[in-house]
Parts: sequence; C-alpha cells; structure tokens
Amino acid sequence: MNQPKPAQKVLFKGGSLLDLDTGKETPEDILIVDGRIAELGKVEIASFDGEVIDVSGAVVVPGLMDMHVHLREPGREDEETVETGCRAAMAGGFTAVCPMPNTEPPADKREVLDFLKERAAGQLVELFPIAAVSKGRKGEEIAEMGELVEAGAVAFSDDGDPVHNAAVMRRALEYASMFGRPVIDHCQELTLSAGGVMNEGFVSTNLGLPGMPAIAEEIMVARDLFLAKYTGGKLHIAHVSTAGAVELIRRARAEGVQVTCEVTPHHLTLTDEAVVGFDTNTKMNPPLRTAADVEALRAGLRDGTIQVIASDHAPHAIEEKEVECAAAPFGIIGLETSLGLVLRELVDGKVLSLAQALRAMTVGPRAALGLEQVKIAKGAMANLSFIDPRAEWVVDRSRLHSKCRNTPFHGWKLRGLVLALCNKGLFWCAGG
Amino acid sequence: MEFRRKHLLELQGMSREELTLILDTAETFREVLERPIPKVPTLRAVTVANVFFEPSTRTRLSFELAEKRLSADLVSFSAATSSVLKGETLKDTARNIEAMKVDMVVIRHSAAGAPHFLSRCLAASVINAGDGCHEHPTQGLLDMMTLRHKFGRLEGLKVAIVGDIEHSRVARSNLHGLRTMGAEVLLCGPSTLMPVEAERWGVAVTHDLDEAIAWADALNVLRIQRERQAAGLFPSLREYHARFGVTRRRLERAGKEVTILHPGPINRGVEIESDLADSEFSVILDQVTNGVAVRMAVLYLLAGAQGALQGS
Ligand SMILES: [Zn+2]
Ligand SMILES: [Zn+2]
Repeated sequence: MNQPKPAQKVLFKGGSLLDLDTGKETPEDILIVDGRIAELGKVEIASFDGEVIDVSGAVVVPGLMDMHVHLREPGREDEETVETGCRAAMAGGFTAVCPMPNTEPPADKREVLDFLKERAAGQLVELFPIAAVSKGRKGEEIAEMGELVEAGAVAFSDDGDPVHNAAVMRRALEYASMFGRPVIDHCQELTLSAGGVMNEGFVSTNLGLPGMPAIAEEIMVARDLFLAKYTGGKLHIAHVSTAGAVELIRRARAEGVQVTCEVTPHHLTLTDEAVVGFDTNTKMNPPLRTAADVEALRAGLRDGTIQVIASDHAPHAIEEKEVECAAAPFGIIGLETSLGLVLRELVDGKVLSLAQALRAMTVGPRAALGLEQVKIAKGAMANLSFIDPRAEWVVDRSRLHSKCRNTPFHGWKLRGLVLALCNKGLFWCAGG
Repeated sequence: MEFRRKHLLELQGMSREELTLILDTAETFREVLERPIPKVPTLRAVTVANVFFEPSTRTRLSFELAEKRLSADLVSFSAATSSVLKGETLKDTARNIEAMKVDMVVIRHSAAGAPHFLSRCLAASVINAGDGCHEHPTQGLLDMMTLRHKFGRLEGLKVAIVGDIEHSRVARSNLHGLRTMGAEVLLCGPSTLMPVEAERWGVAVTHDLDEAIAWADALNVLRIQRERQAAGLFPSLREYHARFGVTRRRLERAGKEVTILHPGPINRGVEIESDLADSEFSVILDQVTNGVAVRMAVLYLLAGAQGALQGS
C-alpha cells in the first residue's frame, strides 16, 4: 500500500461535495495548501504547479470515522498494530478510528494512551482512544477518568465485556458526565449468555450449539437506560443487535434519556443462518441474529434511533479461528468491508439514502462522542474522504491490509471505492 | 441407486432414498454378522482412523468391530492417549492423520461441527461418530434399523423421544432421519431441557410422559447426564425420575405395548426402571447388534463413493 504524502499543494479535481443534510451533490474541485482547504470550486489547472488528483465520479464527504475498532496493540501485535490498523482504516475510507481498550495491558492508565498517541503520530488516520471504564477492566473500581480524558480518551468502555456490576455502571455514568464523555457498554447479561456461541433460536437448536438469547442483551440495555436516566449520564450502546434493544432505545430517546447507539455492518447484513456449516468466521459477540432483528436494525437506522455504523473490527490470527466453533474466539475484521457493505446493502437496498448512510459513518460517531464536526469550508483543515459510491469490487481476503483474514465476506461483491483521503496535513490516493 | 456422498456428517438433509439404501445395505451386513465366519474382504486395503476426542467405549468398539468385519486396516486413538492433551489443535491432529494416508476418519468430538471442520481440511472421508449436541448419524440409523426390524416399516410409525432433547445428538439425528422416512416424532422432556423453537422441526412437544406413552408406538429414552442437574436444569435425579422416568407402572397404566430403545449406557433407575430395560419391551441389545451392521454399511458405501473399492 502506498504511503500518505504531505498535502502541500494538491488539487482534487472532478469530485462532488455531498451535503449530508440534504443529499445534494455539488461539483467542486478542492485545492489543499499545507493541509488546509484553500479553494473550493472550479480551479483551472493550466497554471497550477501542484499535484492534481483525478477524483471524477467521487463524492466528497467529511473523513469517515469508525468509533469501534480493536487494534490489538499493545499485547497482540501479531494480530494487528496501530500501523496495520491505520492501513486497513485507510483502505476502508476512514480518517479516524476509536480503538477499544481491551488490550494487554488495557488502556486504563495514561501511559497506555500516551503509547498509542506516539504510535499514531505521523499517520493520516487519527486515533481517538477509548479508555477502560474500570481499573484493569475488572469491573470493580472505576478508572482514573479525569486523567484519562486529559490523556485524550474520548469515551470509556470495558468492551469485550459488559460492565456487569450495576453500581459500577452507575458510578461510571455519573463520573464520566463531569467530563462530558459517554460510557460505552457491551450489553450482555452474562448469566444468561454464558457458554453461548451464537444466537439462541431455531438455528442454534438445529446445530446443537449453545445459544445466547436476545434477552441477555435486552436486559442489560434496559438496565443501562434506567441508569442513564437516573444519573443523567451519557450512554452509548455498542453494537446493538436485537429488535427488542432497538425498541428500548427508541422509547428511552423519546423520553429524553441521553443515549446513542451503534450497529455493525455484519449485524445489518447477516443472520444466524450464516452459522449453518459451522464457519468460525460467523462467530461473533453479539451473535448474528434473526431476519426480524436485521429488519429492526435497519428500521432503527432509518428513523434515527441508531445514529452510528461502526465495524467492531476484531482481528484474530488464523490459527485461533481455524478450530472447532466452541474453541474459536468471537469477532471478525470489518474496517475494509464496512463502507462497501453499507453501500451495497443499505444504499443499493434502498434502506437509506447515500447521505443518510454516510452520516452514520461521519456525523453520527462524532456527535455520539461529543467531538467537533468536520467542516468542509475554505480555510478549514482538510479532513476528507473521496468515495466513488457506484464502483464495484470483490472482497478478496488475501488482499486485505489488516494483519488478519477473519471475514465471512470473502468473495462478496461490494459497492464503493475509496479514491483518496486527506487528513492531518497528509493525503493518500488509492491509485498510486 | 448409487451412493454419492463423500462424508457422513449428519442425517439432516439426507434423502429418503439415501437413508433407505444405507438401511438396506445394513440388512445384508446383518446377515454377514450371523454367519459362522462373520467377516468379508470388502474393505481390504482401506485404512480407517478412529479418532475419539471424547470417551465412548460403545461407539468406538462398534466402529472398530465393523471395520474388522470388513477387513479394513484401522488405527485408533482416543484423547486420553493422544497429543490432544498436549494442546495440539484439531487441525494439527487432522494433518497427522492425513500424513498416515488414511482413507476414512471416524471422529467423535465434544464440539458441534468438529467433523464438518475436519471434512474441510482432509482429503479422507469423514464419518461423524457424535459431535457435541449436534448429531450422531450412525446412532440415528441404527435406531431406525431397529424400529424397521421390529415394525416392518417406518412410514407412519409414532416415535417419542424422551429426556434431555436440548443436549442430545441422538435426538437430532433420530428426528431428522425418522421424519424423512415418514415417521411421526414427539419430543418429551422437561421444559429446561427442551431446545427453543423445537416445534419448528415439525415435531410435537410435550412435558407429560404419560401423554407421550399413550401416543407412541416406540419410546427412545435418552440418557440423562448428571451434570445437567449441577447446571440447575432440573432439581434432582429423584424429581427427574418421578416426572420423566419410564417405568413398568406407567406402561401398564397406558395399557399398551410400547417398544423401548435406549442409546446406552443406561442410568438404571433414573431415566428408565432397571428391570424394564431388560424386559420384553426393550430392543436395546438389538440396537447394539444393528449398530455394527449400520456402521459396516456406512463404511462400505462411503468407500464405494470414494472409489476405494475399485480393484479390491
Ligand atoms: Zn463488544
Ligand atoms: Zn468490540
């Protein structure tokens, strides 16, 4: 993969600015000088002495953000590093990612965040780290949130595990609200989901695999919503997967509870039927649910109950996944297929307009995290994704940029090519 | 018809013709077993590996006997004596088996889908000898063979499967095979051991054993595992026996003859009354004999489908 270059004087020619509120596309050339947008509109190239990038056919949007990824560094650099994760993110069209803190050691202390920042320095992709809710991710005592916010944490989560102790969750919501940061919960009532490897339903019954019932998620979502209402804290529900959870969140939002949530591309596209045949690349947590759940998740996105699409990129080494189902770890990679799945399933499938879909990957995550929105205006720092939403490509797991290959989407024909990215004074072109 | 499958992984999805062919073939092998020298040279030069990751004396002996009766070469290993305990993965084990140039692998594993996984990484034919709570196809076949012997038909037969349905691979193979052959299936057991949405299999479900007995021509009584009580799935063995134990009194109350099957080994006095297991109603020993015949049939048909029989 070619490296990003300094955006000293670059002209992106032939793209159209996509207004994410109205869906209106306006043809504009974009001139970047020293990382800032110097000109928007028709720029003549006759007398231009910088680099010209042809982005004909592309829509130009604020840089895409994936607010839920696992980069495995520190601890499992054999599976992913900040560097390879950033490469996968670029290939997927993202200029920002939020790594989850379930590393080894976990990101529950300033040193780990400092280390991550150091690793990400010089990358085009920006890291907005999420710190652990509890010390050691043990779920017993809340971490030093104030210091972690100072060190750059944008949110708190013990993802990989739920915050199972209700009192700890209550304190976390209360304490994090002093800094205006959300607590992100992986919602699962563990006594109900224990031992499960897939959704509990007719498919698990048929395969003889232990199931995780939808109510294990819904009970925890309900608990968290009660706590968010009681404390006034900011709650973000990670990877919502059931129709019941969507409905609970919809009602809580209507009541004014401060809650946002995200959904993954795989929960929007696959059902538990994909587990038939026992492919370990269909083992994820939360598990793939039923067609009715997929429908409800899509409806939740459409009506704004769900604001964010995030991949839950979870790289696992081949030897860890090449085992029987029961022994395999949960999770799949997602950074490089996220946009393509969304465009194929949701935009082609007429669930969302292109602008709505891209909002859930740009505006949505920044709003959920309380971050400043990216502006595309003269004088602003350029943070842009150039995407050809019509082009088609086929997923080939041997050609992905993540260190891992655990995807169930190998061979799928997806839509949307990333042509170029610009961020942090750097630009990158997919073509060369 | 010709048998075309390379593996026997599950009965779900097999056609009535395929199942009939296996059962008919098993009948001819049952005759072989009754001869003074119960051995045929059919699988000479075919090597079978019996790989048991989970203890099962009965199934392993039955397969080994079937292989010997067909004159196959066999290697057997079980988890206790294998490198599995040293943390070797299923895939590495498979590669080693492959390197030994075996033609068929019989696998028993505690994880559902392990035989499917193996079938994807081996050139050999894979026979599922029980995978977790998924299927136990040769057990399903031998149960069907036993019923067909007893009743002369499977079409229209009423079979109640009694006990821990949720964790039973025997139940799954039975219900798929029986339903494909035109039998009716009723599942009976405590609600905590009944898998969710079981009715979607096209079977009836009851929690009343007397109702099951009144309805059934045959009861397939499953072994109840004591660790399910530890997991809180039923209150005690005593309570289980009182509600779901098959007893002579219950049969007498129903006032009818019911054939009783059990995959063994039996917990006498728990899922079934001890003397009833040895009674005139029981076909349990018949099941054991048919087990060898069915496994011979499966090995023979898969070897033929793989071309391993040519020139022998
Ligand atoms: Zn999670
Ligand atoms: Zn996650």
